[in-house]
Amino acid sequence: MPQSLLLKNGRIIDPANGIDNPGSILIEDGRIKAVYSGDFADSLQEDCQVIDASGKWIVPGLVDMHVHLREPGQEYKETVETGTKAAASGGFTAVACMPNTSPVNDNEAVTALILAKAKKAGFAKVYPVGAISHHSDGSRLAEFGELKKAGAVALSDDGQPVENSQLMRRALEYSANYNFLLISHAEDMSLSGSGVMNEGPLSTRLGLAGIPSIAEEIMIYRDLAIAEYVNRPIHIAHISTRESVDLIRRAKLKGCQVTAETTPHYFTLTEKAVGDYNTLAKMNPPLRSIDDRQAIQDGLQDGTIDAIATDHAPHSRLEKEVEFDLAANGIIGLETSVPLTLALVRDEIITPARMIELMSVNPCRILGVEGGSLAQGVPADITLIDPDRIFTYEEKDVVSKSKNSPFLDWSLQGKAVLTLLDGNITYSDL
Amino acid sequence: MEVEHKFSHKHILGLEQLSPADIDFLLRSAASFKEISTRQIKKVPALRGRTVINLFFEPSTRTRLSFEVAAKRMSADTFNISASTSSLKKGETLIDTALNLAAMKPDIIIIRHSHSGSPGLLAKHTKASIINAGDGTHEHPSQGLLDMMTVLEKKGHIEGLKIAIIGDIAHSRVAHSNIIGFTKMGASVSVSGPATLLPRGIDHLGATVCSSVDEAVEGADVVMALRIQTERQKDPFIPSLREYAAFFGINKRVISLAKPDAIIMHPGPMNRGVELDPELADGPHSVILDQVTNGVAMRMALLYAIMGGGEG
Repeated sequence: MPQSLLLKNGRIIDPANGIDNPGSILIEDGRIKAVYSGDFADSLQEDCQVIDASGKWIVPGLVDMHVHLREPGQEYKETVETGTKAAASGGFTAVACMPNTSPVNDNEAVTALILAKAKKAGFAKVYPVGAISHHSDGSRLAEFGELKKAGAVALSDDGQPVENSQLMRRALEYSANYNFLLISHAEDMSLSGSGVMNEGPLSTRLGLAGIPSIAEEIMIYRDLAIAEYVNRPIHIAHISTRESVDLIRRAKLKGCQVTAETTPHYFTLTEKAVGDYNTLAKMNPPLRSIDDRQAIQDGLQDGTIDAIATDHAPHSRLEKEVEFDLAANGIIGLETSVPLTLALVRDEIITPARMIELMSVNPCRILGVEGGSLAQGVPADITLIDPDRIFTYEEKDVVSKSKNSPFLDWSLQGKAVLTLLDGNITYSDL
Repeated sequence: MEVEHKFSHKHILGLEQLSPADIDFLLRSAASFKEISTRQIKKVPALRGRTVINLFFEPSTRTRLSFEVAAKRMSADTFNISASTSSLKKGETLIDTALNLAAMKPDIIIIRHSHSGSPGLLAKHTKASIINAGDGTHEHPSQGLLDMMTVLEKKGHIEGLKIAIIGDIAHSRVAHSNIIGFTKMGASVSVSGPATLLPRGIDHLGATVCSSVDEAVEGADVVMALRIQTERQKDPFIPSLREYAAFFGINKRVISLAKPDAIIMHPGPMNRGVELDPELADGPHSVILDQVTNGVAMRMALLYAIMGGGEG
């Protein structure tokens, strides 16, 4: 007898198919067997497990196109298993993991290891991102062909920029042979220097070295210029400033093949979160000004920004309970992305459908992977979201192996309550 | 002491946390402590039985000695730890160092550290009172207080004075504490120097940014020259010390623009002939050694205040 599951009487939000209405979804053998609109007629009900989805959103499985799973090399911070478990608990069915592991994912062996670990864990699809340069050290190109063959979906030297413009040009050109997307971590290191937070009155007051917004913007401009010149697509990671949004908006108007992502912390927090040297608010790019945050929200609203990713960056207490200057950059984000994005929906900055585009449809489209749709016949990667559930995000509840979140003890509204991967329940909090 | 003010701070992390009333209390309290250092027997029992640890992760002669002298004149037991002899060199974290020191039950830990915010981190992990003796490019509150004490002594008041601070504002915790302190007490602070060394948003701390040294010094009651560190040539903030001395150094021509009775200050250590004309440093306008003398008195006042001596 086929394994089947019915998500009954929820609100189906499936922007890829132009659907936002009450309905039910029947899953069989790991795929969507049928999508029903309106009130589910009980006469149709077959002999299957039924999940009451009333008051909840049924959406295509969320996809986070920018996470750090830390394996291999830094398993004390996170592993493929713990990271994907955290992903499932945050409503994600797929994540793309950055190559700054140890060793760097610039070869088949590391890519294969990540894929094998992901398959074994079974919590989420994992799309490895390979390195642009050998060892991500900016000296020469990584072997794109080998990475493609091994299963990498995109290339990035995330964590550090490709400083050499010629290397970036060659990488963008060579990526055409493999139809690889390049993801740019945009940072002019000569300008960011020893900076540890956004440059401005607050960095001066705290006596912390500043990272100017132009460090990000200049590199975005460079990468857009190169991509346009060689006529290749480019994706800009974790944008955080007003001018970054403007640069991408203008490039899109010109018809450039550019996409961009931002993170929940850039549209939720400002540099004020650094407050009294709070290392949980230290990341790169740094939290910016109120004006920058406004521009990020505008970019999410008007379509300039294509995706919300978390830049989930687990670090242990060893890296965070130190002097601010010495603390590691980055925060975990997989478990807080849904409620923080729902806050934008409640504030009517984005619609529910737009939220699903940003968190599922577009990341799949940008990465060129399956997903982002609730059409009949596709794999049943589905997330059930309760937009009203109120909970306090406490350290004891954190699923990720690391607990470095600035949102600890925040009261949050809305969360993923059921995550299905190929029809299997990977997380349930119904 | 006839000082009516409840000083309720456990730690001295910066002048930002102190109110004008707190600063006024400390200034008056320090003035009365100053007399002790002029006695033949320079010791009072105020902090007898108290343990004070000087935890210095950066080299310091003046500040460390000043705190030690202050604590000893108050009869506290003092201990010095410097980075070269501490476990920090062996890879111990600041929090572990703090926890180990705390286990020895000190009353006060005086910390100097190259990273901004370190005193606050220490305060979170120990029960002792923490005094910031300079953290990164953040604050140096006892220096700001002793500078205010010196100005008050020479001018009789602080409110309404024009204070000019010249030089490397960006890397100077002394400048930061002075800007915060003097503006809290009603003075106006003008800053100038190479534009590369005037940090963004320094006006938000209360300073008026002047495009020329002359403009900043014009009509000033107090002219403070800051130390320029030789490594700033490499960063590159300035082309050379030679050019710095010629265009940003305080010399006789510049000082002639200030009020005739203006005083010249420098937090030390001084690069003679670079940021300050040596003749001015030794001349009648200079109060540089008064700053050092007052440093001891101000630090006595601070130690006394955080040990509960400020409860009126």
